Amino acid sequence: MTDLQAAWRDPELAKHLVDLITQAADRPIKLMEVCGTHTVAIARFGLRDLMPPNIALLSGPGCPVCVTANRDIDLAIELTHVDGVVLATFGDMMKVPGSYSSLQREKADGRDVRIVYSPLDAVQLAADLPDRQVVFLGVGFETTAPAIAMAILTAAQRGLDNFSVLSVHKTVPLALEALVNDPEVAIDGFILPGHVSTIIGPEPYRFLAERYHVPGVATGFEPVDVLQGVWMLAKQLHEGRAEIEVAYRRGVSADGNPTARARIAEVFEPSDAEWRGIGVIPGTGLAIRPEFAAWDAALRFDVTPPPPKEIPGCQCGEVLRGVTLPFECKLFGRACTPEHPIGPCMVSSEGSCAAYYRYTDYGR
Amino acid sequence: MCLAIPARVVLMNENQMAEVDIHGVTRTVSLSLTPDAETGSWVLIHAGFAIQVVDEEFAKESWELIKQIEWVDGDPAEVSA
Repeated sequence: MTDLQAAWRDPELAKHLVDLITQAADRPIKLMEVCGTHTVAIARFGLRDLMPPNIALLSGPGCPVCVTANRDIDLAIELTHVDGVVLATFGDMMKVPGSYSSLQREKADGRDVRIVYSPLDAVQLAADLPDRQVVFLGVGFETTAPAIAMAILTAAQRGLDNFSVLSVHKTVPLALEALVNDPEVAIDGFILPGHVSTIIGPEPYRFLAERYHVPGVATGFEPVDVLQGVWMLAKQLHEGRAEIEVAYRRGVSADGNPTARARIAEVFEPSDAEWRGIGVIPGTGLAIRPEFAAWDAALRFDVTPPPPKEIPGCQCGEVLRGVTLPFECKLFGRACTPEHPIGPCMVSSEGSCAAYYRYTDYGR
Repeated sequence: MCLAIPARVVLMNENQMAEVDIHGVTRTVSLSLTPDAETGSWVLIHAGFAIQVVDEEFAKESWELIKQIEWVDGDPAEVSA
């Protein structure tokens, strides 16, 4: 498999695909990826510079950390102030600023905030600390939601009543509809997120092609994977087709992962969710079902954070919609750098601003 | 955040847990989301869970296929490169 990964970085194959893309791109087209891992892959491997002038590769709201609304981060921070609470989350969430603070700053101030690799580690933490309340801050798209569902099911099975989840999970397909309907954005095709598609399969995106005539290709993360996805989109557009296709076939089955989807459906139900930069998109959240209310931190703790406020000057919201490029923000590279980040798109290693700053010369 | 890395299942334990090899590093992960995974399977790991069983032969095949793609549309745009 290691050899295989090397194969997906093969320069000859990449060059072959760039030639094919150049042939297919007979008019200006805007393609958007909606996955932080794609954002990083495109920047890190310099794929934007390999594109013919007709193709623009935009980054959309694909970084779950970045799209988390201030209101939700503020609520997580407020929970760390509750007596006896241990807040556990993925490392990516630590530095993200809410309206007034970040989890990292709260930890420095003595609150009990812990980084876990797997949500099951947080369940074990609850078993190890029976006198404490362990709250897991659940962030992520469909890729991550099954793992959080399993954590809740495991806690329920083990009878752990000191474990709960604050769910700020989001789902991708309807967010893409919001982007398609945004006249400022005008996307010609979507580079669909590979590992979200591992779970949901190609079907849930089909409406984009059928209703809006916008094609999409579920794409992997090695350079040859990304170029293959771009080529399949350019070819569809050249031929006047709009279909949902899979380039990343070693990672995405025709039906996705039905077991993982069943766990999501067992524990969560669709809800409205607030996306930074986009606003509330109906049906794109995952709320914990009433049957599992005992493990829902939003119900267990009665906390009200102060009203949220936005970060002055930060254009993360516009960057997430693809209407502003990172280096077009006045703060980019000056007041806002990965060492001293101001907004979430620079804080998260998968944020568009961080990826542009680390791997490209734009705006320098 | 949606990063998932390939690993090989080396040992199945109880409760659908398994030891996997990730580039020489051994980790314990849950196979509860991939009931088809068995010892020797290549899986994609995300947040402590296998989320997909990877068909290695299929991966090789699709790579070979890309190599063979040629423009067959009959009406390609002019090559500007």
